[in-house]
Amino acid sequence: MADYTGPLPVPSPETKPFWDAARRHELTLPFCKPCGAFFYYPRAACPRCLSADLEWRAVSGRGTLHTFTVVYRGQRGFPLGPPYVLAVVELAEGPRMMTNLVGIAADPATIRIGMPVEVTFEDVTAEFTLPHFRPAGGEA
Amino acid sequence: MSRELRRLRGRVAIAGAAEADEHGKLPHKSAFMLHAEAARNALADAGLESSDVDAVFSAGLWMGSETAEYLGLRPRYIDGTQIGGCSFIAHVQHAMAAIDAGIVDVALITHGESGASRIGMPGTRFGPDAFRLQFENPFGLAGPPTGYALAATRHMHQYGTTSEQLAELAVSTRKWAQLNPRAIMRDPLSVDDVLGSRMISWPLHLLDCCLVTDAGGAVVVTSAERARDLARPPVYVLGTGEASTHVIVSQMPDFAFWDAARMSSERAFAMAGVTHADIDVAMFYDAFTIVPVMGLEATGFCKPGEGGPFVSGGRTAPGGAFPMNTNGGGLSYTHSGMYGMFTLVEAVRQLRAECGARQVAGATTAICHGLGGMFSSAATLICGTEVPT
Repeated sequence: MADYTGPLPVPSPETKPFWDAARRHELTLPFCKPCGAFFYYPRAACPRCLSADLEWRAVSGRGTLHTFTVVYRGQRGFPLGPPYVLAVVELAEGPRMMTNLVGIAADPATIRIGMPVEVTFEDVTAEFTLPHFRPAGGEA
Repeated sequence: MSRELRRLRGRVAIAGAAEADEHGKLPHKSAFMLHAEAARNALADAGLESSDVDAVFSAGLWMGSETAEYLGLRPRYIDGTQIGGCSFIAHVQHAMAAIDAGIVDVALITHGESGASRIGMPGTRFGPDAFRLQFENPFGLAGPPTGYALAATRHMHQYGTTSEQLAELAVSTRKWAQLNPRAIMRDPLSVDDVLGSRMISWPLHLLDCCLVTDAGGAVVVTSAERARDLARPPVYVLGTGEASTHVIVSQMPDFAFWDAARMSSERAFAMAGVTHADIDVAMFYDAFTIVPVMGLEATGFCKPGEGGPFVSGGRTAPGGAFPMNTNGGGLSYTHSGMYGMFTLVEAVRQLRAECGARQVAGATTAICHGLGGMFSSAATLICGTEVPT
């Protein structure tokens, strides 16, 4: 773990609760009370209405694969590959987030847009955990 | 909307347009050297002196005033708007507003970028806690090819767009480059060559991706009245638009539709009062083959999902029904990193009938449509040799 070679997030005040929750293996997003809706990425203002009347709430960690690419020429030293699957997942609660699809071959022929996915937490260092996604019900 | 916008149609013109002396791999030149060459050449083209310039527009990572200082200018109006590669197209709209308002007379829009050699280039503009570094890079987002591939995959899924259709666009664009002695990539290219090239980020192959070069360009914008007294025939600004919807890749509102392009082009067409059928020659920013495909859809040249079939059959190639990217585009001509400037320069050359073997005969109306970020922003310019009455 100490030798993790991928880029790590540097949290800012409005995002730190997200990364702290990930460390506890919880996926939490800001929820706008006036809109009654989650949003991503974390900000101190709702992107729909600019409200500051927000709270952090856990989400289900379930969603569908919205789109993906299999990266053959990617970041140098990236631990998952190449090839690796860069993905955008649409959470059941609505927001879309970028992630890696894991627990499935990095092969465009086996990956289907719309497939159900679920979060899986990867403790990449002692301080940081990244929310990855895998096919729902998978063994990854 | 149209009536107030229409008032601006033809109020200003592009009076000069040029590139830096050379482009390609230029480790002996800094980005500012490319700026200086381009600015000097564009002003000479217009028949103006640097002392005539009172407004400077540039979009590097520097302050606009730093560019002005290097060029020895003392502008009264400085605009460093940076919305990605289409910034210079947006600058035409900004210059138009400033000239129409009577604030300035001569606007220099200038670009110099050592995109390949990285000489004299600033470092990153991102702090370590930038949102894209927090929420995208840890998952292996590796620059533009990976981001654009996410849109290409979704477009293919939703509409059945194929890699062969994207490859056709690259092939048609290469055919234009073969007619342009200045183009970097002039070897013959086939659909099979594109599909057989190295996979970068599926579904995008190496030859679906633009070049990375060192290059510069500049245009001079002034009032239509003044432009008519200058060295070259004016290219009138008929319609302009710009828009931005997001920056972070995951925030793209619809991965299969470029909404900023719809917004910017609707405004440009409304202002110009011309129809799509009036466009004789088109410059569509082509950082990746998927970009003009989604651009043609969003700007209304075809319906959503029809971009793949639209670019098939050599439609955008020399002799095709829709001449596009006649310089050879970012795919085969040059791509410094912010390609939008070169759409302007080529449109001006086409409308002045200076393009030699690649000239579109009788072209009087052109569109330049640019891209910023990851389908984040867009800017559109419709320009012509006459102002419609």
